[in-house]
Formats: sequence, structure tokens, C-alpha cells
Amino acid sequence: MSTTLYDKIWNDHLVDQQEDGTALLFVDRHLIHEVTSPQAFEGLRNSNRKVRHPNLTLAVADHNVPTTDRTKGISDQESKIQVDTLESNCKEFGVQLFGMDDKRQGIVHIIGPEQGFTQPGTVIVCGDSHTATHGAFGSLAFGIGTSEVEHVLATQTLVQKKAKNFRINVNGTLPLGVTSKDVILQIIGKIGTAGGTGCVVEYAGDLIRSLSVEQRMTICNMTIEGGARAGLIAPDEKIFEYLKGKPMSPKGENWEKAMEYWKNLKTDADASFDKEINLNANDILPMITWGTSPQDVITIDGKVPNPQNEKDEDKKNSIERALKYMGLTPDMAATDIKIDKVFIGSCTNGRIEDLREAAKILKDKKISSHVNAIVVPGSGLVKEQAEQEGLDKIFVNSGFEWREPGCSMCLAMNADKLKPEERCASTSNRNFEGRQGRGGRTHLVSPGMAAAAAISGNLDDVRKYQN
Amino acid sequence: MQKFNTLKSIPAYLPIVNIDTDMIIPKQFLKTIKRTGLGKNLFFEMRYDDNGKEINDFVLNQEPFNNSKILIAGNNFGCGSSREHAPWALLDFGITCVISSSYADIFYSNCFKNGILPIILEEEKIKELSEYANRKEEISVDLNDQKIIYGNNEIKFEIDPFKKKCLLEGLDDIAISLKKSDKIENFENQLKDKKPWIFND
Ligand code: SF4
Repeated sequence: MSTTLYDKIWNDHLVDQQEDGTALLFVDRHLIHEVTSPQAFEGLRNSNRKVRHPNLTLAVADHNVPTTDRTKGISDQESKIQVDTLESNCKEFGVQLFGMDDKRQGIVHIIGPEQGFTQPGTVIVCGDSHTATHGAFGSLAFGIGTSEVEHVLATQTLVQKKAKNFRINVNGTLPLGVTSKDVILQIIGKIGTAGGTGCVVEYAGDLIRSLSVEQRMTICNMTIEGGARAGLIAPDEKIFEYLKGKPMSPKGENWEKAMEYWKNLKTDADASFDKEINLNANDILPMITWGTSPQDVITIDGKVPNPQNEKDEDKKNSIERALKYMGLTPDMAATDIKIDKVFIGSCTNGRIEDLREAAKILKDKKISSHVNAIVVPGSGLVKEQAEQEGLDKIFVNSGFEWREPGCSMCLAMNADKLKPEERCASTSNRNFEGRQGRGGRTHLVSPGMAAAAAISGNLDDVRKYQN
Repeated sequence: MQKFNTLKSIPAYLPIVNIDTDMIIPKQFLKTIKRTGLGKNLFFEMRYDDNGKEINDFVLNQEPFNNSKILIAGNNFGCGSSREHAPWALLDFGITCVISSSYADIFYSNCFKNGILPIILEEEKIKELSEYANRKEEISVDLNDQKIIYGNNEIKFEIDPFKKKCLLEGLDDIAISLKKSDKIENFENQLKDKKPWIFND
């Protein structure tokens, strides 16, 4: 029978299947971080269980760590306890950890690929919803809760039910200045935040194939914002090239064997999907979000919606609620939205290509005097690479602050956060109420758009600044 | 895990769609290393004003809803992050049953791991039940028979039989899976042959 890529990975990881369809799935790679793991380790300890495969597990502290000078440690006591707890748990259970002072430290979804820990055809889980990022490598990668983290630590398996197959085809070419961030925002706008519920999405089409590995990660990363369990893309030469020689990639004879397997990881030509949609890349414009849900998108030349035009009472209320929270008036132009802060970073857009894209716009320019802007590289290695290329200088000269790696203002668990009513152009993935700080207002954009907003002082069209 | 069987309570109604996990429990409370104690911060931003005072308008601050064990909410409940702190906060507050027309996947499965029953009903039925919240009347949930009883009516709901069994018996997932240790070991041995690069040795 013809099968999809998701079906193939699923079938290849079945340890057991009950009659009702409940399956026990083998987990090849388990990433952990400080926020969603302490209760899992505590659970292991309470029931005298061990970590079944410490060598298939990799830990890093990212959500809580300060992005300013780290030599003095973490001043926030609770954050410090969490980071210290991760360290002692990893020691006790024999799990490899990239500590705060390790050059390889960074956001969990950035370091996995960077180290070659993320590999095609694997099942990858992490107590974090953006685990979908790793799907860019043709792996089945998804976020799990803390009880499930404990389950994976103890058994190296996970209890799952099969999801539906959903294919999103994007064909054509992207106009200048439009990036994969705009593609995924467009997709979420189209399907809605619950559009992918119960599904695993496969992204396909010639546009997707033309994207770099890092751009693919941006798309898969935000799959969860469309409600899907995971998003994946069939691996190809670009992926194999990317992984070759990475510290944890297969070596020698194993590399050859892996390649043989990886090359067959694709959906059969005549496989059928439960759901399918098509998008034309040529029609996609730079996007922004105006509201408090990632589905609240408009193009940069568009206008903020007017609740009066909405007939459905619930939708009307939710637009009104979002406008009120965001401090926007109906029908105002996107480019009239003045901003206070800019955040470039996160597991969506904190990789080297993202920093290059923003730096290209910022080169020899100054950011607006009323804007505070920070750039937080996704990992120590991204930071190092950017510094080698002189990107840090471009950022600093334009008026940005250059920080240490971590999640930072993507979720504002550390000191980097918005004050009430402060407005931010952010390259992260969530614009929920309070996400970047209580009362803070987030507009999701691509790195180029964030740079353009920093220069103009309002949300602006990045195409204006393309050389 | 607490066993779930039947439940009787005046439901609280929160008619908001897309209630995300940041709303259920904001990130400043994720810095805990425990599962308990989160109830007081449930729906923090909606529940307290800038000075930490309870906002009277918010449903869970009002009698009798501050003792509700059942929460009725708009669709796509629990979207956003994977944080299990969301069901932990609900549980710690005393809510052991949520009723909505749809849930985000991770939140949905997190509920079951903590003895919370998330029920899926059609929008219409939800509107009907919400009347009971408005009138402050009790409804009851019977998991065994998969029905909600309200007034002289009842509604059936669907639930995965395995998940139902685990809730009814308060079963620990890990213990169940560890009973399959032989199968896991078997799988691992085959894996070492088939895909030696996975174990990196
Ligand atoms: S960068 Fe943001 S979305 Fe990504 S893992 Fe960190 S907090 Fe989560």
C-alpha cells in the first residue's frame, strides 16, 4: 500500500500496537530543558526508575538563562534553582548537558540540528511545543508534556495514537523580500490556529524544496501554531549536506548506511492524504500579525480588521478583544503601527541566516531613536559564526544590543520582557496576550521585517530597504 | 493519579475561544520544580489586577464558580505551549473536567495524565450547558456511562476507551508501558542491527 512519509516513520517505530489503535512508539532522540523536566526527574526518583538511554538524550538550559553578562551567574533565584536542578538531574541520571557556559549552549531546537543530534527518519520529542522544528529534517518531531517526558526517560517510548495526514503544497517562487516566515504566517492565517488539529503536516511543492535547511526549520517550527502535532519535509541533498560532519552525525560506515536509509524517506507518489491545500508562493507578501493569535495576520500593505465587518458574533467579539488588548483602531494601516521594541531571535528566527537577513537590511543604517532593539542569537555557535562574519558590528552600529544566546524575549521568562502596553516587532512565534511580558503587544514578523521596523520606528515594508 | 468516576458541580463558563496555555498559566509560574501549588495563579492575568487584587468580573472569582469542578470554554482550548503546568494549575484549583468543542492536542493528552477529563461536545450542546452555569445549577458527569446529566436531559460524549480505562482506574502510564519491556528490548535489538547509527556506537 502507498504510504506517506509520516506513515513510514510511524510504522518504523512501532514497538507495540493495541487493538484500539493506541501505539507504543520508540523514541530515537529526546531533548530536554530546564522548565519542563524537573517534575519528570522527580517522578523517576520517586519510583526508583532510571533513564533508559541516557545517550539518546540531550539536555540544555535555554528558557531561563540571562542573555546579558553571565559571569555573575543567574540573579533570579527561581530561575537559578531550575537551571541548577537540570544540572544536578543530568549528573545523577548520566545525561549529557550543555551548561550555561558551554559554547554549544543555545535554544533546544537550534542546538539539536546544529549538533547533528536531529536526524532524518527519527522520532524526536521534547517537552516543548516547538519541537516541530526538527521536522525540517524529515523526522517525526513533536512536543510532549512533562508526564510524557518522564515516560520517555523511563521507557524510551511514548504512548501515541496515529494522527491524520495533511499535506500543504507551496509552489512557485517567493517575491523579493518575502521569506519562509511569511509563508508560514500566511498558512496559519489560512488554516487557523486549530486548522491542523489532529494532523501531521507534510510540506511539499517546489517552493519548499527550494528553501534552505534553515528556512525549512522556520516553517516546521510554527506548524504547532496551526494546531498540528508535527510538520515535516522529506529530506534531500541539502539536508544530507547540512548534517555531514556535524559532531553527532553518523560517521564512516554508519554514515553510508544512514544515507541509504535516508534517501528513501519520502511519500509515495500515489499516497493519499486526509487533507490537502495548495498555496502559490508568488502571491505571498511580507506579513505581520495584528492581534493576539498567530492566525491574526495581514499583509504589510493591508489594514487592521474592523469588527463591524464581521457577522459571526464570536469572531466579532474576539476581534474587538484583540484590538483592545493591542491598542489598535479598526481599519488603521499596518504601516501606521508605531513600535517601541524589536526582538530578533528565538527558535523560529534565531539562526545564522536569519541574522544575515536582518543585518543586510541594517547595514550602514541607524534604528529609529525611540526604538529599543535586541538581537539574541539562537546558540553560542550561531553567535560565534555571526561575530566571525562581522554581523555583530552591523547590529551594534545600527543601535541594536548584541546578547548571549537563549529564548529571551520569545517568552520573557528571564529579564528580557515588554512593559505593559509596550509594542514589539518580534521574530518569535507567539503573539498571545502577555507572551512577551504582561500587557505587552507583539507583532510577529520575519527578521528582515523586524529590521525594517527598527529603522522606520513603525511596522514597515522590508522591500523598501532591499538594495 | 486520582481516579475519575463521577463528578457533580455547578459549571463555570468562560466564553472565550482559543484560550491558550499562556492564559491558563503565565510563564512566570513555570519556574517551579513542583507540580502543586499552581491553582492560585490559574488564569492569573484575567483573575488579578495590576495590584494583585482579584478582579470581581472574572468568573472564577465569583461565588459559586470559585468552587467549580467543571469548566466550560470556547473552542481550541489549551492551544499554545506544551506546558503541563496548565492542567496542573486547573487541577490544583479543583477543576477536574473541562468541556469544549475542541482542544489542542498536547493539552488534551496532558489532561489524561493528570486525572482531568476533557470532554468534546458540539457548540450547540455547549451553549445549552452554559445555561446551567448562568443559572448556577449543578450538572453531573458520568465517565463510566460517558454521559453528562443536566436537568432532565443527558448528553453522551465520546472518549478513547484506553484513555477512559486509565482515568477510571487512575493508572500510571509508565507502569503499563514497562509491562511491555520485552517488546521494547526486542525492538532495540533489531534497531541496533537495522540502524546502527541511532545508538551512535
Ligand atoms: S525560543 Fe521561544 S518558542 Fe522557542 S523554545 Fe524558546 S521559548 Fe519556546
